[in-house]
Amino acid sequence: MSHFINNKSEQVDKSNTDDAYTLGPLQSGPPCCVPEPLIRVDNLSLHYGLKPALEGVSLDIYKGCITALIGPSGCGKTSFLSVLNRLTDMIPDCRVSGNVHFDTMDLRHPALDVQRLRRDIGMIFQKPVPFPLTIRRNIELPLREHGMSKQAELNDVVQQVLQDVGLWEEVKDRLESPALALSGGQQQRLCIARALALKPKVLLMDEPCSALDPISSGVVEDLIQRLRGKYTVVIVTHNLAQARRIANYAGFFWIKDQRAGCLIEFGQCKQIFEAPAHELTAAYVNGSRG
Amino acid sequence: MVKNALTTGVIWLTAALVSGVFVWLLADIIIHGLPKLSWSFLVEPPQNAGRSGGIGPIIVSTVLILGVAMVTSAPLSLATAVLLSEFTRHDSVYGRLVRRSLDVLAGVPSIVFGLFGNAFFCIYLGLGFSILSGGLTLACMVLPLLIRTAEEGLQAAPNDYRLASAALGMSRSATLVHLLLPTATPALVAGLMLGLGRAVAETAALIFTSGYVDRMPGSLFDSGRALSVHIYDLSMNVAGGDSNAYSSALVLILLLLIINSIALSLANQWLHRSVVTV
Amino acid sequence: MSLSRTDRQLAALLLGCALLAATIVLLILLFLVKESWPMLQHVPLIRFVTDASWHPVDGLYQLTPMLSATLYSTLGAVLLAAPLGIASALFSRYYAPPFLAGCYRRLIELLAGIPSVVYGFWGLITLAPLIGRLHPPGVSLLTGILVLTLMILPTVALTADAALAAVPVAYLRGAAALGLSRWGLISGVALPAARSGIIAGTLLAAGRAIGETMAVLMVAGNVVQQPQSLFDPVRTLTANIALEMAYATGEHRAALFVSGLALMVMVLVLVGTAELLSRKRHYG
Repeated sequence: MSHFINNKSEQVDKSNTDDAYTLGPLQSGPPCCVPEPLIRVDNLSLHYGLKPALEGVSLDIYKGCITALIGPSGCGKTSFLSVLNRLTDMIPDCRVSGNVHFDTMDLRHPALDVQRLRRDIGMIFQKPVPFPLTIRRNIELPLREHGMSKQAELNDVVQQVLQDVGLWEEVKDRLESPALALSGGQQQRLCIARALALKPKVLLMDEPCSALDPISSGVVEDLIQRLRGKYTVVIVTHNLAQARRIANYAGFFWIKDQRAGCLIEFGQCKQIFEAPAHELTAAYVNGSRG
Repeated sequence: MVKNALTTGVIWLTAALVSGVFVWLLADIIIHGLPKLSWSFLVEPPQNAGRSGGIGPIIVSTVLILGVAMVTSAPLSLATAVLLSEFTRHDSVYGRLVRRSLDVLAGVPSIVFGLFGNAFFCIYLGLGFSILSGGLTLACMVLPLLIRTAEEGLQAAPNDYRLASAALGMSRSATLVHLLLPTATPALVAGLMLGLGRAVAETAALIFTSGYVDRMPGSLFDSGRALSVHIYDLSMNVAGGDSNAYSSALVLILLLLIINSIALSLANQWLHRSVVTV
Repeated sequence: MSLSRTDRQLAALLLGCALLAATIVLLILLFLVKESWPMLQHVPLIRFVTDASWHPVDGLYQLTPMLSATLYSTLGAVLLAAPLGIASALFSRYYAPPFLAGCYRRLIELLAGIPSVVYGFWGLITLAPLIGRLHPPGVSLLTGILVLTLMILPTVALTADAALAAVPVAYLRGAAALGLSRWGLISGVALPAARSGIIAGTLLAAGRAIGETMAVLMVAGNVVQQPQSLFDPVRTLTANIALEMAYATGEHRAALFVSGLALMVMVLVLVGTAELLSRKRHYG
């Protein structure tokens, strides 16, 4: 019953409509073909002022796959995500070192057009952040800022992305009502729709389900699984069962002795959970540590 | 214990004393000011050096002076507040410089503003005794207050909005215009009202800048007498001007009450609206 | 900071506005000095104290009577307003039932907004004659002190209230659990914890009293003399400037500007100290 997001091709976007790679069934398992790395991280370190938050993280994010980042709180997983869309630029006193390459671009280059980057790499936050505007305007505002102006086009995109996240039937009669009046799960799906409207290549998700009730959580989780193949997803999660359910790849973070986070192990999800190479990983996934 | 009972008594007594004196003051003004208060009082010009007649031109001058003050200081203060809140880091040199100088400005006594206004606006810029001079001097006075309230209003906007809109690739200007300013609007307006209230009460800064003329002003370059200056003149320089002074004082207090209630109701109304549709 | 082009343009515009706002205080200082210059050039500052009297016509610029008047009236007002204001804050925070406390606080806030000229007017019309019956004339240092007290009391009360509100509830609950009486709680826990905020508020109120012009002008009598008793009419530094600016020229005018500078320095010292105290509270 796997299905992929049906996306009409659009004039504005130029890059994400071609790929039709498939990645196998819903359950995490070895992909039917080995996908290429889309983001390569090499020896990434991050400091807040004098305090180190991340040290020497190296991993690859594979195209079209869902990569889960697991590990206890404070290991720098959220900081790691913030590097990928340069949101660290907005944090005062934050220093990043190391190499990150997205496609062929050097992500850390100071002259990089960050706004363009954030179209390609979107982010969903732990607490849903709908804007204090109408549902329609929530989605239209970023689109207008990025250049789309024709109302007919905007209406199409709004309908499309709301259908993609499964909200359309629920809100199609009240697009002009406030977004803040939606339930938590609906708000989070709206945020995902808002991000999808920009046709990103990558979606970064920072514990998207942790602030939601179990039912909404399930709905959002199903949505994330439907994104596989069409989008590359990096998801930080504390929920090991969730990671096991949805991820293709998993990275296990832990805190080193100097209170800086580091990557202990990275690999295919099945391997991390069933046959971890590192004893710390084994202890964590089995629940005896963390 | 005796001590506890004693202090309780003292505190209640103090509160009674303080409220008593204040109620006495307010009652005095209301009782003596109400008889002469009428529509004609509010629109007619003063006669006989203000002993009789009304305060029509005075109200017009007051409104014009306040208008000049708010129109010049509101945009400047908003711009400065936006800079301090959104575009400077905590440790930046510019930020600290601007904040320090505003702190000092906030502490300058009003008579010194009067001296400055006279020396700079009236003489150096050649505006003479005019509504413009008075308004611009008041603008300098309320600037720190407006900047502080505007900055607080902007800071109160949830930081999540800034991060979420940045993650969507929106520029800071867009975030500001579409999200932060609308969210901060009630605080901004409340701050404007506070500044207005402060300006309306000001006397010393106006005596040497907008002057004493109690005729209807023809333009912003004419001298004009503000309500507070009128009260001063009637009580100090005009024998028998007391009854009109009472009524003028009542009008001033009522004006302040109106301004403050608007500020409060705006703040409450918006605070209780959990959703803003733009 | 990864700003786009529109952002950079906006930031430049905003910086221009902010710098304009920042230069106003410099402008004030500049013009004060400029206008004081004729005096500062020729007359050594010590003469402001040592001259025989204040007679600008004859070139005599003794400011001490005015300085004394300012200091005595401020001191008197602070000595009265501080306990009354703190007691008001304690009343609305710990003693009054919620409805009464709210009313009381609103009354104080209302009074904080009343213009000084109205206070002065009422003092002149109502208070001065009453004091005059005690000891003529009615306008005197005492009347000035009383009116100033009324004016700065809301400032002390509101800042003390804010300082008390900032005392962590946990402290108070802990003290109550130990069986402390209400006064014991206040004197032992709340007041010490709020101390720096209350002192900062009092300093601010003192700064306001020093800078006050209209109210004292109207009720203190305006006679240039060293006050020998509370019932003597006096003229404060601020009132001096307000009264004589209208007709002062040349050196006389410059002398007034010098006293304006002096006022500014005094107030700034007080406000600065208040600021330092309240900042220490946040870090300490």
